[in-house]
Parts: sequence; structure tokens; C-alpha cells
Amino acid sequence: MTTARTVLTIAGLTLREASRRRVLIALAGLTVVLLALSGWGFSRLAAEYGGSALTSGEARLTASIVLNLVMFGFSLIAALGTAFLAGPTLSGETESGIALAVLARPIRRSAFLLGKWLGLVAFGSGFVVLAGLAQCLVVRVTVDYWPPQPAAALALLAAQTTVLLTLALLLSTAISPMASGVVAVGLFCTTWVAGVVGGVGEGLGNDAVARVGDVSRMLLPTDGLWQGAMHAFQDPSVFVTFGGADVAAFPFLSTAPLTVAYLGWAALWVAMVWGLAAVSFGRKDL
Amino acid sequence: MTAADTTVGQGDGLRGAARLVAGLPPAPAVWCSGLRKRYGRHQAVQDVSLEVARGDVVGLLGPNGAGKTSVIKMLLGLVRPDAGEVLLLGRPATDPAARACVGYLPELFRYQPWLSAVEVLALHVRLSGIDVTAQDQRACLSLVGLADRAGHRVGGFSKGMQQRLGLAVALVARPELVVLDEPTSALDPLGRVDVRDIVLALKERGVAVLLNSHLIGEVERVCDRVVILDRGRVAASGTLAELLGQRELRLQLTGLSPAAEARLRAAGKIERAGDWFTLALPADHDGAAVPDLVRDLAALGARVHAVEPARISLEERLLGILREGSAARSADGR
Repeated sequence: MTTARTVLTIAGLTLREASRRRVLIALAGLTVVLLALSGWGFSRLAAEYGGSALTSGEARLTASIVLNLVMFGFSLIAALGTAFLAGPTLSGETESGIALAVLARPIRRSAFLLGKWLGLVAFGSGFVVLAGLAQCLVVRVTVDYWPPQPAAALALLAAQTTVLLTLALLLSTAISPMASGVVAVGLFCTTWVAGVVGGVGEGLGNDAVARVGDVSRMLLPTDGLWQGAMHAFQDPSVFVTFGGADVAAFPFLSTAPLTVAYLGWAALWVAMVWGLAAVSFGRKDL
Repeated sequence: MTAADTTVGQGDGLRGAARLVAGLPPAPAVWCSGLRKRYGRHQAVQDVSLEVARGDVVGLLGPNGAGKTSVIKMLLGLVRPDAGEVLLLGRPATDPAARACVGYLPELFRYQPWLSAVEVLALHVRLSGIDVTAQDQRACLSLVGLADRAGHRVGGFSKGMQQRLGLAVALVARPELVVLDEPTSALDPLGRVDVRDIVLALKERGVAVLLNSHLIGEVERVCDRVVILDRGRVAASGTLAELLGQRELRLQLTGLSPAAEARLRAAGKIERAGDWFTLALPADHDGAAVPDLVRDLAALGARVHAVEPARISLEERLLGILREGSAARSADGR
């Protein structure tokens, strides 16, 4: 059997698993709740300040901040969903014995892992892109704000999800399903907090504190990609309203777009962690 | 010599080599040599070598923790051996393609609970890379008694039904080798008979089977050869005739003259309990030995009331081998 066919078969199986497990219903439920709440919130925003209370610039700034805040909620849901799906789908299958019959077929473990990864990437990315797009439409309808680069922003959110699920996949080759999910989400949150601390350091002009964010973004690129996504969601006029240092200190605004070098690093990071996962899974006794 | 002559010469050589290879018997279904595996401080498998010929049914026996499942998993590439080589159907087991014609029912049988039985089979057919029609897949489910549950989710199956599904998964992609690890552990007596019939049908079709089972009676009924593992080593192996070679004969005799008793002793080792004599016949005795003995005993004046063939069961032989191994280890320990 060709490797490509194995990869596609396993990717399809992973998507089917995601669609038939309760995780999809839970995700759909959470998304609808978040969309409805944000729709209500944005409509209230428009109703309260719809008159002459806010200038158009202030309105766009407010919309940008709240949109980034809600998008962070989606990225957190995606992180939780994929991390807790990636763990059970790999280490859960090896623990329960489901993987025994599958891996005794004429397939390479690396092809099996690539199929799992691809299926999870499709699922996680599909979720954030669809939910994010729905959110953008909600904002458009309620407060008439449309992000400057929605496609880039949604792609970066998908990339962030990919980074986290690749990490969860690596962890699930070595530790138990639940532990791999908890550790992956824990690291995701830690990196985000480190990014906020770094932003505060930048705002205060404290290089040592600012470096905390830089280092954490290199170690786990989720927060870096999230910063890029926020930048693409927010209105460019925020810099006029806020000073650059104030933007850096605010957790739901971003100062600069992502560099190509950082995107390259994120891609390399995913490839390296995936490679480690393949080596770890290839050596595992089932 | 011209280049054309060289080409012709090489062509003849290749054809000759091809004829030579075609004339060779097919490689064994399973061949492994010097398999070793250590888990932490525990040496689970040490220096195991075994062979399953094409079309043979080989039973793998041994107590719990003997290393049977570890050996099976090493054969299938699921566990990496610390040392040793494995060939499956003539190809190194390190090449996944070696498993193209191998069916496997694991001891820990679990299948995707979110799929239906027919979807599980379709998945395995696709992964095996072999074309099997939907009709044949359904036929496979019928064979294991799951025809009426084909569309049901596996998550709702009982353990016995999941094991039956596992059997269908092992059989669906037209295997040349089937590895069954405890295939009847969750089955009722009827299910066990079904498994026995399936193994016998595979044997008839020339499919090799490696069967790990605690049900020694089943192994004895269906296997051509048996490999007994004890503490990670091969304690004994051979055909059933070789392992159970010692046959016994029970005779009830009265009026035994010294000459008749001498004749009896000449036939083999005897144990006496009242009028009953148990005679251990040599493994290589011919079919005439027993009627000749009875005729001679009658001619020498003995009254022959009963002649019963007795056979050492595989269970007795297995226990004997394991006890011998245990006694030898105790002696070494001292």
C-alpha cells in the first residue's frame, strides 16, 4: 500500500472519529454559546455607544479589542479541543489496543502518525477558521467592523492550533492520553501568560521582562502566532489612538505583524516536533 | 566476445537463476531466530527461534508470562526485539510490506467503537492494500456470526462479539498467515467450536496459522506442531507425534505365566496395578506390535480380559515439561 494512501486513510479515519465523538458536539455547543454571547455583547456595544459617545476611531478600537478577546476564546477552545483529541487518538489507541490490529497491517508507523496529524490539523484548523469567520460576520453585522486581513488572521489561528496539536501528539507518544492533553494546554496557557508579561515589560521599557515573552514565543510558537493573528484582526488605527508602548502592554492588541523569519521558525518548529514524535512513536513497544 | 554475446550470456544466467529460485520450496510463513526482549530488569524473551511452515498450524503454549504474546508482537513488528531476526512469508519483518498477507487477532482486541463492524473491515481492507469486494467482506462477517450486526457500532458490542469481529479482521484480506493470540478468551463454547472450524478451514486452504491458546485441547485438535515457551525460552517444540510420541497400552491380564510376563516386559516398560498392566510403547513401534503381543500372551497361557490404548495428553506433556524446567532451575539455584 502506498504511503500516501495510508496517510489519507488514517487522516479520514481521524476526521470521522472527531465527527462521531462527543468532542464535536461539545465544541459546537461552546462555539454557538460564544458566538451568541459575543453577538449580544457587540449589539449592546452598538446600542450603548452607537450615538455620538464614541468617535469612529474609538469604535473601531473597541471592536478590535473585543474581537481579539473573543477570538482568544475560540483559540482556547480549539487548543483544548485538539489537545484533548490528539492525546486520546494516539496514546489512547495504543493503550486500549485499537492500534495493535491497525499497525499490524503493512503500513509504516510514520505514515500512521502523519495521517493522524493531518486529520487533526484539518479538524482543528477547520474549526478555528469556521468559528472565526462566523465571529467576523457577527462583528460585521452588529458593529459594522471588518478586520483588515481576515484570511491571514484565520490562517495564523489555524497555525497556532497546528503547533499545539503537534506538541500534544509528541507528548501522547510518551505519556498517558489525559496527561498529554493537560500538559499541552498548560504549556499553551503558560506561553500566553509569558507573552502578556513580555508585553508589559515592553510597555514599561524593561528589556529583561520583555525578553520573557520573546523566549517563550521561540520555545512554543503559539503565542507568537496569536500575536500575528491579533495584528491582522485589529484596526491599524489603534496605534493612532494608543501609543505603541501601550499597545504592547495590552494583552488583546498586538504591536507588529509577524515576520517571515518567525513564520519560518514556526514551520521548522512543527517539523522538528513532528519528527521527534515520529521517532518516539516508531520506537514505542505496543 | 561481443557485447551482444555478453547480454545473451547474462540473460541465460538470469533465466537459470530464476528457474533455480522457482524450484526452491516457498519460504516459511514465519521464521525467527534468536529473539530477545527485555522490559526493564525482566528478560521477557531470551533466544527464541521458531518456524511456521506454509499451511501448517502451529500452537504456541506456555504458562502466563512465558513470553508468548511478546514473541507474537515481535514477529509482527509491534514490539522491537533487542536482538534476533524475523522473516514473514520470506521477507524481513522490518519491511511493513512483509505483513501484506498477514492477519492478526490481538490478545487485547479492541476496535474503533465509533465505527460499525462493516466499516472496521473496510478500513482494514484499505490498509492491507488488497482488493476485497464488499460481498466478500460481508461473507467474512457471516463466517464469524456477525452478519446481522454488520451495520451496528462496535461500541455496543459485547467482548465476545468484538473478538468475533477481530477474527473477521484477521481473515478479511485473504491472508497467507494468520496469527491468533488467545482467539477464544471471550467466547462461549459455541464460539470456541466456530474458531476451531475456522482454523481447520484455513488449514485446508493452505493458510499457515500461529495459534496462542491456553485451551490445550483445542491446540491438540487443530495443530500440526507445538512450541512450548517457558520463562521466555523454547522449552520444547515439535510435531504432536514427536511431543506425545510415548504411547501407552493398558491390559487386564490374569493367569500370567513367567514366560508371558517376560514377553510383556520385552514389549516395553511396565507398571502394574492388580490385574492391570500399563505398557509404555516405544515411539517408533509399528502397527503390528500390539496384535502380536496379544497373540503371544494368549499363546503363552495368559487370559486377556481387556486391551485399551492410552495416550498421554498434550496437557500432561506440557505440565511435565514445565515441571522439569522448574525442577532444573531449582537444582541450579541450589
